[in-house]
Amino acid sequence: MSQAIVFGVLAAIVLGFGLAMVLSKNLVHSAIYMAVTFIGVAGIYLNLSAGFLAAMQILVYVGAISVLMVFGVMLTRRGDIAASNIFNRYKLTGGLMALALFVILGRLIFTSSWNLSSFAVPEDTVSLIADLMMTDFVIPFETAALLLLVALVGAIMVAKGVKNTR
Amino acid sequence: MITLEHYLLLAAALFSIGLFGAVAKKNAVAVLMGIELMLNSVNINLVAFNRFLMPSQLVGHVFAVFVIVVAAAEVAIGLAIVISIYRDKFSTEVDNLDWLKW
Repeated sequence: MSQAIVFGVLAAIVLGFGLAMVLSKNLVHSAIYMAVTFIGVAGIYLNLSAGFLAAMQILVYVGAISVLMVFGVMLTRRGDIAASNIFNRYKLTGGLMALALFVILGRLIFTSSWNLSSFAVPEDTVSLIADLMMTDFVIPFETAALLLLVALVGAIMVAKGVKNTR
Repeated sequence: MITLEHYLLLAAALFSIGLFGAVAKKNAVAVLMGIELMLNSVNINLVAFNRFLMPSQLVGHVFAVFVIVVAAAEVAIGLAIVISIYRDKFSTEVDNLDWLKW
């Protein structure tokens, strides 16, 4: 019962602030609503007993990506900030498309059948994730490290520009 | 009792909201925000499937970690491109980024 209340509150936070992020006309407000949505998603992870992922969500999304978004907003804004995040001419079409996708997904969710497992989640998820990452997923792990390095160097080069010294 | 369907419905709703934001917004930074919402909903799906279908193996958690890594790389590159275009065109509206000819 208490789990249902917690889930309801978290779902209301996630969906409400997600909608507020999309519907807000002010881009800075949108970025702040997005951070709150990410915190709600971290709570959903805790509800699913994925503590490590919840901590990572807070660190990476709330701590890094939201701040990066605010920097992106403030480095590129031009004109009136109160009307910085308006809809384009596809507002109606896009809304109908998103609604149709939600209806289709909901129907698929309720008509599918899954073979649910009755096992409980292990207590110590962190060491299990570490085991998986260092054994079965070691090549994707190293590739992800390489991807991050390339992305960081590439982001600096794209944003700062390369001086042609020849 | 909260079942798998509840989490899947929440993720579907969040994905639809993110898609709406990514399709119907003028500002490129807002489009990136919508994409982040969509990636988050996919992560909820991965963790929920892992929790309810096979909780003894944490493969879904590892997948979610990789999705977070790719999302961080994507947003860094995306914002760098937006800032670079802004310096060139003094605009971040996606409708104005139309200099690719066909």
